[in-house]
Amino acid sequence: MKPKNQRLVLVGAALISLLAAVLLAMIGLRTQASFFYTPVDIAAGKAREGEAMRLGGMVEKGSIKRDVDGVTIHFMVTDGKAETPVTYRGIVPDLFREGSGAVAEGRMRRGTFLADTILAKHDERYMPPELGNLAAEHKAGKTLEK
Amino acid sequence: MIAEAGLTALWLAAGLAGYQIVLMLLSLRSTIDVVRPMRAVAVVQGALTLIAFAMLLLVFARSDMSVKLVFENSHSAKPFIYKVAGAWGNHEGSMLMWVTVLAVAGAFVALLSRRTSERTLVAGLGSQAVLALGFYAFLLIASNPFARLFPAPPDGEGLNPLLQDPGLAFHPPTLYLGYVGLSVAFSLAVGALLTGEVDSRLARAMRPWVLGAWVLLTLGITAGSYWAYYELGWGGYWFWDPVENASLMPWLAATALLHSINVLAARGALKAWTMMLAVIAFSMSMVGTFLVRSGILTSVHAFAIDPERGTFLLALLAMYVGAAFTLFAVRGARLKEGAPFELVSRESGLVINNLLLSVILGIVFLGTLYPLFVEALSGEKMSVGAPYFNSVAGPLALLLAGLVGIGPLLRWRRQRRPVWGLLKLPALLGASALAITIFLAPHIGMLPRMGFTVAAFLAAASILPLVNRNPLRAPLATWGMVIAHFGIAVALTGMAANAAFTSERLAVARPGEILTVGPWQVQLEDVTPTAGPNYTALEAELHAVRGDQSITLAPQTHYYSDPPTETNESAIRTFWNGQLYTVLGRSDQSGGWQLRLWWKPFVTLIWAGGALIALGGALALLGRLLVGRRRREPDWRERYI
Repeated sequence: MKPKNQRLVLVGAALISLLAAVLLAMIGLRTQASFFYTPVDIAAGKAREGEAMRLGGMVEKGSIKRDVDGVTIHFMVTDGKAETPVTYRGIVPDLFREGSGAVAEGRMRRGTFLADTILAKHDERYMPPELGNLAAEHKAGKTLEK
Repeated sequence: MIAEAGLTALWLAAGLAGYQIVLMLLSLRSTIDVVRPMRAVAVVQGALTLIAFAMLLLVFARSDMSVKLVFENSHSAKPFIYKVAGAWGNHEGSMLMWVTVLAVAGAFVALLSRRTSERTLVAGLGSQAVLALGFYAFLLIASNPFARLFPAPPDGEGLNPLLQDPGLAFHPPTLYLGYVGLSVAFSLAVGALLTGEVDSRLARAMRPWVLGAWVLLTLGITAGSYWAYYELGWGGYWFWDPVENASLMPWLAATALLHSINVLAARGALKAWTMMLAVIAFSMSMVGTFLVRSGILTSVHAFAIDPERGTFLLALLAMYVGAAFTLFAVRGARLKEGAPFELVSRESGLVINNLLLSVILGIVFLGTLYPLFVEALSGEKMSVGAPYFNSVAGPLALLLAGLVGIGPLLRWRRQRRPVWGLLKLPALLGASALAITIFLAPHIGMLPRMGFTVAAFLAAASILPLVNRNPLRAPLATWGMVIAHFGIAVALTGMAANAAFTSERLAVARPGEILTVGPWQVQLEDVTPTAGPNYTALEAELHAVRGDQSITLAPQTHYYSDPPTETNESAIRTFWNGQLYTVLGRSDQSGGWQLRLWWKPFVTLIWAGGALIALGGALALLGRLLVGRRRREPDWRERYI
């Protein structure tokens, strides 16, 4: 191959692989990215049954109930406007407690959110990324009440 | 006084970086010889940042609560090692560490570099100073690590207990050394684009830095993965978390660079391509730093609310990456393409390696940033996790791992005879692995099955470069390559085995009760309270029996008071054929305890593979350095001293 053609082939290959990356990523993201919802979104019917998603909100006070097997728990997640029942089988992360924020990954089944994972908080200062807003709104609401 | 001394050192270093930039401009615009002052200033600048960093370590070691950073991240009751490690376990401290490594790397280039021409060296050191100056400005304006508090509070707020782990002491420094080692490749590439001297000498000068950075990144990622595995207690080794991806992206780019730089060094080809990869590799390091340090991951909103740091970092990133790409666009096309090669040749094989790595990098990059874009543009919140990365990048990574077995067998320039003859045995092994998994484990997923197949093929194919020759006389770099490629096969086996054959048991047990997980019978003896240096804890005593083997494990839950946090400390026992992983959960309030147990066959191969890959890189580095010493070019010291 002549050097000039060689460069042309290389540039072509680079462009094709760039396109391939973007294309593959787009297809993957369309099918595999999961939306984040709060209970009010779910009440509004935004979440499709069985679709992988994240649910975030505050764990409602007094709502945690444990099954007889000891490892399945049920609780309500609330965003102040609506609430969604959640079922989770597993060891809840450190600092998962009533009245504090939580984000769960899973899917909706017949009105209940089946959680595969409950995201761990790294420390008491940590807010799950998607809850940053909610907490800010919460604070804003409180200041308004005052 | 210590903090002020550190701050002064930083200001002086920033001033010297500015002086280096002036020297570089002088050298590019005229024929004045500035090599000597340039080298001297670079060394002094490196020494000054080391002093600043030492001062930071000192205030942390002495728990000087009048320094704001110490107050916010330390506590006098902390074990000494974590006091010191706390110096870089926070935003300001880690940025200081970053710029220290950057400046010290510049100093080493100034001291050691004999391979590039003097003009390129001056331009490279100048570019390194441009990088450093931006980060000095960031520290001095937006993140001063030495800011004081008045009056000094009695004691600090503490360090996140999850970070109180020996892993913390080594993990971030290792990664940072790797990130910033790539800055040398970036600076030398920019310098060479400025002077137009992109040749195999430059490649040989860059190669040790790229190899070294790559080895450290590999070690850092492997260690980080193991840290997440045992510390978080979720039994997983990789979560596709944006912070993890931030370290994976520079690694992917550095891996591509490491391969293309060999083409440039050996054949003088792929000039423009290699320069672009050098720019991309360090750009990915900066993207990673931006993602981790700007707060943008916590929330796009938090980023917008407290914009000073994030915007500053973003501006630096945009400026450096933009300038480097502009320079590349202007100068890259003017580079003469080097020696030609045929379609089937070592060069082509390395191009394919590079293209696949770049596609994987693109996929990880887009997947990591997509949620940020979506939220910034539409306010919708999304997350992109393992399903995306595994299904989109996984098959490509497997394809690449398979090709790794073939590429090293090809000859430079032109492969005359087909290589299939050599590959019969590896192909047979791969096919048998496929057949065995289909018959013995029909229900495992497609990815793990192909993982076993490719791993078997690669394990055999990777050692072929040492066959048919006296292995003792093969160059060290060849040994390094073989070991690193074999390491990929080892890690792949571990990942496939973990995905396919892990058994998990989650249950509540009362003392005396027995749970079964995989081949193990695990009995809960008792749960007792205990205490550590700065925490109280509950400890379970577990008795595990398999055949005539009997062991005891003691997983704990720790409760810290500064700040109030609890962590699960898993208890893990390693055997030649897997790990038994146990976690103690909570009490069910009626005498039972939650236990989570895993039997993970061959999971340790994942990190053993990572260690082999790093070892291979280290051997290659050693080999290159030794060869470079033997045929070294005239030493600058001999000229001046």
